[in-house]
Amino acid sequence: MATRGIRDRVAIVGMGCTRFGEHWDKGVDDLLIEAAGEAFGSAGVAKDDVDAFWLGTMGSGISGLTLSRPLRLDYKPVTRIENMCATGSEAFRNACYAVASGAIDIAMAIGAEKLKDSGTSGLVIPSQPSDGTAPELTAPALFSLLAPAYEQKYGVSAEELKGVLSRIAWKNHRNGSLNSRAQFRHEVDMETIAHSPIVAGQLGIFDCSGVSDGAAAAVIVRAEDAYRYTDKPIFVKALSFVAGPATGTADPGYDYTTFPEVVRAGHNAYLEAGVEDPRAELAMAEVHDCFTPTELVLYEDLGFSERGNGWKEALAGVFDLDGELPVNPDGGLKAFGHPIGASGLRMLFECWLQLRGEAPPERTIKSIGAGRKLALTHNLGGAPGECVSFVSIVGSEPTS
Amino acid sequence: MNSGIVAYGVYLPYWRLARQSIADALEMPASRGTRSVASYDEDTTTMAVEAGRITLAGAPEGTSPAELVLATTAPAYLDKTNAVAVHAALGLERSCSAFDMNGALRSGSAALRYAARAVGPALAVLSDLRNGLPGGADEREGGDGAAAFLFGSGPGVIVEEVAYASATAEFLDRWKLPGEAAAHLWEERFGEYIYLPLAEEAIAAAFKQAGVTTADIDHVVVTGSHTRAVRAVQRSTWIRPGALADDLTGVVGNTGTAHQGIVLASVLDIAAPGAVILAVTLADGAEAAILRVTEAILAYRRRRHPSDTVSAKIAGGRTDLAYARFLTWKDQVRREPPRRPEPAPPAAPPAARHESWKFGFTASRCEVCGTRLVPPGRVCIACGSTDQMTEERLANVPGVVATFSVDRLAFTPNPPMVVAVIDFDGGGRLRCELTDVDPQAVGIGDRVAMTFRKGSTSQGIHNYFWKARPTRGKE
Repeated sequence: MATRGIRDRVAIVGMGCTRFGEHWDKGVDDLLIEAAGEAFGSAGVAKDDVDAFWLGTMGSGISGLTLSRPLRLDYKPVTRIENMCATGSEAFRNACYAVASGAIDIAMAIGAEKLKDSGTSGLVIPSQPSDGTAPELTAPALFSLLAPAYEQKYGVSAEELKGVLSRIAWKNHRNGSLNSRAQFRHEVDMETIAHSPIVAGQLGIFDCSGVSDGAAAAVIVRAEDAYRYTDKPIFVKALSFVAGPATGTADPGYDYTTFPEVVRAGHNAYLEAGVEDPRAELAMAEVHDCFTPTELVLYEDLGFSERGNGWKEALAGVFDLDGELPVNPDGGLKAFGHPIGASGLRMLFECWLQLRGEAPPERTIKSIGAGRKLALTHNLGGAPGECVSFVSIVGSEPTS
Repeated sequence: MNSGIVAYGVYLPYWRLARQSIADALEMPASRGTRSVASYDEDTTTMAVEAGRITLAGAPEGTSPAELVLATTAPAYLDKTNAVAVHAALGLERSCSAFDMNGALRSGSAALRYAARAVGPALAVLSDLRNGLPGGADEREGGDGAAAFLFGSGPGVIVEEVAYASATAEFLDRWKLPGEAAAHLWEERFGEYIYLPLAEEAIAAAFKQAGVTTADIDHVVVTGSHTRAVRAVQRSTWIRPGALADDLTGVVGNTGTAHQGIVLASVLDIAAPGAVILAVTLADGAEAAILRVTEAILAYRRRRHPSDTVSAKIAGGRTDLAYARFLTWKDQVRREPPRRPEPAPPAAPPAARHESWKFGFTASRCEVCGTRLVPPGRVCIACGSTDQMTEERLANVPGVVATFSVDRLAFTPNPPMVVAVIDFDGGGRLRCELTDVDPQAVGIGDRVAMTFRKGSTSQGIHNYFWKARPTRGKE
């Protein structure tokens, strides 16, 4: 599988991102107005300058009216997109393709989700009428299925793995404590994480990402136009997306220690971007740490670690803010929560800040100073064995 | 007309409540023994399916029911026929009829009479949940369980009916208005007074028909709705003391319509060829049947799985059920639900389209590459062939746990929800709930078997489907 891609044909010239959290005082309209306004301002464009919009939201509204009504857009095309947890990234991918096609000059990708109005614990995915045979287990339970399988395959004890998972949560909370936009802005000590109340399987409450509201937006133009808007555009190197055949839940050959969809999406993205050794070439990665075992498996699926080695490298600090390849320097889903439609664009926002040298000094990653110029974002929607996955690679310089 | 029983099976739920735990909680006098308790995800329909599966597994080659009748005092639905769900879960032919005999305790005898007299193989399933208010005798002495008997003809007959007599009278002994949670009982000495002569009439008539006397009877089964009257009949001069079978109320409790079947089955498990059995049942009158065990019982026992005997089912139970959990399962304690939406009920059209999967647990196998698809599908997950599938029933195929989790957030009537990925012997995988399981004791590699259960009841609809349960001992 491979796509030709649109390397260096489009660039991000402005971004906006709200604070993520429990916005009891804001509706989805407010979040959209805030993120879009910040992105317009960042790019130095007026809303009427934008030719078309792609809105990602899983459940906070249907149709383009969800955006055009609050912003009072002037008869512009607005496409509403849903692709589970990759929804925000899908809005971005489709907006980029529209600009690359030449059909429009300026596009906005915007994602938003208002989860805290539901009144339920955890995420509730709207479901179709069914025969009632699928077990209605929750997302933490679905992803906790990874833990015993990983332990079994690599001979890691449950206690050892708990230490690894706790360290991943600790790292992301620590990064989030340095981020004014994060939902949770406090460090949490490893003991508290390791002994938090159990939600599902081996996962405690601190192994789970939070439930929050938020929105983020990007303004996209053709690469040759980018420097008209900013002297530090971020170029799109790769956009890769796959929907798996969902055979893992039916095929005993699947061992619950990998997401084949992520491996495929990652491989394709590296081809599009011309990346040969992601561990050595990427400055940073924003990955979909919905639950701590997910992040562990992603290290291996995205080629940051050898198979069976991710847990050791997590413990060694390879993915810390000051590590060799910082993962989730903004705090990730762990510190931001996961307003579905917004997450993919929130990840891009951190790439935007770090690659442009605009992250606050205490959160600035060292790998940039070492000359690395590429950043990766990744989303995963669904569950082990049946998911969709997105990988993008962006960079601060066009390929020479 | 059928000439006798060709197969039988008893299902007892995994759980037992020690009666002393009721006494302890409610500060009542000490109490001995246990009662069987249907799990939160079992009802009379699911237990009927399990008893039916055991029965059909031992049926003579080529004997498939042409009729199915289900008797219970606790039907899962009214208006809608519950036997139809049992029919579907047993994977019976569409031409096999399915009827309910609901409401009265005497319906158990009705179902047996119906199947015994049917033309062509007929399956009678007796299934009951017996509940009462906390602290009451019905709660303490009741039990949950099911028994099934397949009647037929030919060399496979293991039990023949020699005589049958009935005695009927109208009197107020035990009753319940529709919708009431517990039954009303008249003073129990009145019941003894009225039942004893009815039983004697029926037994005398049956003896006369068969041309036998008390001395000719090898085994006696006495069961019924009235504990004191049952005891009185058991002590009567019609019964040779050494012949009386344990009525199992001490360990199982009185399982209502199912009880005569469960106790008869326990006798059939051990009776010698040629043995003569007197079976007496009291419920708004008395039934007396004289049965003779045939030589075919020996081959039948060899054919059956050893874990399918009543004694094995009793031994396989777990007796440490907490009274508070029992009360929750019996809807006597209403617990705070999680802050999660209630599961949506199954929708009728998709449930009907997927009947053979949802009820029959029928998967498909690719005719091109041999891969098994669970759930069934039109496109092979391995070779991609489309619409080249053969149906394959998986209800009796065991499996192994590939990975698992305990979900403490999910909506379930019995938190936490235990889920596992099951790989079936011979191929195929399913992510499903585990039941009758200790959440602490699940591990990769555990062996499991499938069991028909009720997932949840939402908006007045029972969501039936299959779950996995750990296999135990020699299963």
